[in-house]
Amino acid sequence: MTETKLMKGNEAMAEAAILAGCDAYFGYPITPQSEVLEYLAREMPKHNRIVMQAESEVASINMVYGAAGAGFRTMTSSSSPGISLMQEGISYIAGAELPCLIVNVNRAGPGLGTIQPGQGDYFQSVKGGGHGDYKMIVLAPASVQEMADFVYLGFDLADKYRNPVLMLSDGAIGQMMEKVHFKPYTRPAVDKSWATTGKPKTRNRNYITSLFIQPERMEQHNLKLEEKFKHIRENEVRFEEINTADADYLFVAYGLSARICQKAMDIVRNKGIKIGLLRPITLYPYPYKRLEELASQVKMMLSVELNSGQMVEDVRLAVRGKVPVEFYGRMGGMMPTPEEIVQHLETLIQYHHAN
Amino acid sequence: MPTEEHVLPDTALDVVTPACHDEEEYELVYHKPHTMVDVSMHYCPGCAHSLVHKLIMEVVEEMDIQEKTIGIAPVGCSVFAYDYMDIDMQEAAHGRACAVATGIKRLMPDKYVFTYQGDGDLAAIGIAETLHAINRGENILIVFMNNAVYGMTSGQMAPTTLAGMHTTTSPDGRDVSYYGSPIKVSELMANLPGAFYVTRQAVNNANAVRRTKKALQNAFKYQQLHKGTCLVEIIGNCPSNWKMTPIEASKFIDEEMVKTFPLGDIKVPKAEDIKTV
Repeated sequence: MTETKLMKGNEAMAEAAILAGCDAYFGYPITPQSEVLEYLAREMPKHNRIVMQAESEVASINMVYGAAGAGFRTMTSSSSPGISLMQEGISYIAGAELPCLIVNVNRAGPGLGTIQPGQGDYFQSVKGGGHGDYKMIVLAPASVQEMADFVYLGFDLADKYRNPVLMLSDGAIGQMMEKVHFKPYTRPAVDKSWATTGKPKTRNRNYITSLFIQPERMEQHNLKLEEKFKHIRENEVRFEEINTADADYLFVAYGLSARICQKAMDIVRNKGIKIGLLRPITLYPYPYKRLEELASQVKMMLSVELNSGQMVEDVRLAVRGKVPVEFYGRMGGMMPTPEEIVQHLETLIQYHHAN
Repeated sequence: MPTEEHVLPDTALDVVTPACHDEEEYELVYHKPHTMVDVSMHYCPGCAHSLVHKLIMEVVEEMDIQEKTIGIAPVGCSVFAYDYMDIDMQEAAHGRACAVATGIKRLMPDKYVFTYQGDGDLAAIGIAETLHAINRGENILIVFMNNAVYGMTSGQMAPTTLAGMHTTTSPDGRDVSYYGSPIKVSELMANLPGAFYVTRQAVNNANAVRRTKKALQNAFKYQQLHKGTCLVEIIGNCPSNWKMTPIEASKFIDEEMVKTFPLGDIKVPKAEDIKTV
């Protein structure tokens, strides 16, 4: 059965979790995503699934560890300060190669910050966050529809790679209401013979660990993980392009920023300036290659973010100095208007034209 | 010419070289449980961990629940517990074993789930996860090894270090006016309605070992009832970090540890609650 509903991003994500066969959700209330726990506390028991309000985000991510290690499809969600608390657990989950979905409805920081939307957790999400060498697959939804769609995708990628997947949303996408269509979903078959379900006489014991005390053995494990991340980089890059075919200039933006840039692009195009948008959907792995290609086509790129300039570093890495890469951002939970972005873009075009 | 006392009597050789017997003539009176992995352990001589590992695995073998048992190893000396116990296990982050156990047990309520945690892991960094798991009445067994020091990091003060006890981070003895008094975890947790069975035992002599085994048997059986958390605290010997011989360490438990941590049951189930096991 498929149906179209008007829902909040957070609720669409929660409903998708049920439809994706999530066996257990563990969470702790935090604005702006408490609706997820509320929705699932109401709905999960109807499907005989487990939902639990933990005593902290530290506990909830470790409950996810236990459930994932036992072979179940499991997830948690939180917002920035709570995700910081989970970093230890995420590192252990990555080290022990456990599949799970983690959702960060990003608010503005640092510290307690504010409950309004932000994208200040980009570095934390894509560059590590916790200790040690690991990566998460990071999906960035830009609509309520994608908050639902990326739950299925996230769970499937987590199972495919035995790796945690992070959905990096923000307070606006999580809170706003849009149409959402729940598509039919078939869960791929996955081998979970490694799970700790109790040791029958017919197999050796299974254990879940990230501990390899001998350096030689630890390095082998690190190399195995790196091989996996390489495979992910080669196969899982996702992005959306709008108006890039004839573009002289390029917006690079993800999530909410990309939505605002889309509107700014319409305004600019009406003025006769050919601008396109590249919206990374996976923030890890990042679309370096496509940005590098576009660098030989466009005159300038502008990264628009709700932070002090984080993703722009990856755009510059991709472009390697071929064209100017500029940045525009707002912080503190403030969102730029499309007109504000247009004004900034026009100033930059004039500046680079003069130089 | 040797003096007389250096000359062995003729019969001495008979003592050191017994006559050959066929193997069938020996009666096997003891073997370690088949649920233990046949490897040598990393534990120090006189350490309690190896003994308690074996007791838990004996119970698992006797109850024939190897297929239904999942253990959680902590961070601390027993971090490698999964190298010794031949059951499915998960290694938890420091202090988080009870949260990990919750995630497993809630999804597989018919399995036997236990955590194995030391005093630093459970009573310091993990006391929140432990307290809330017990308060929810998670149907798990918590085996709490209390030896009053951080073992793996080589002898620092633990939340359970005795008043005046010397450790590497309380070199003049634990000053309770500065660090507070040792936490009596079992008494604290027994106050929670979710705690079903709470007992404190030791393994420093044969009788104590038998009582600990009985406590573990009870705790495993009670998991079938789904009536709450079982907490078995075991006062563990740590000769290496106590700077004692194994025999001195055993005496230290009887003479000093039990003054702060008296042995015995702290909370026992009502008779009508356990009549089905």
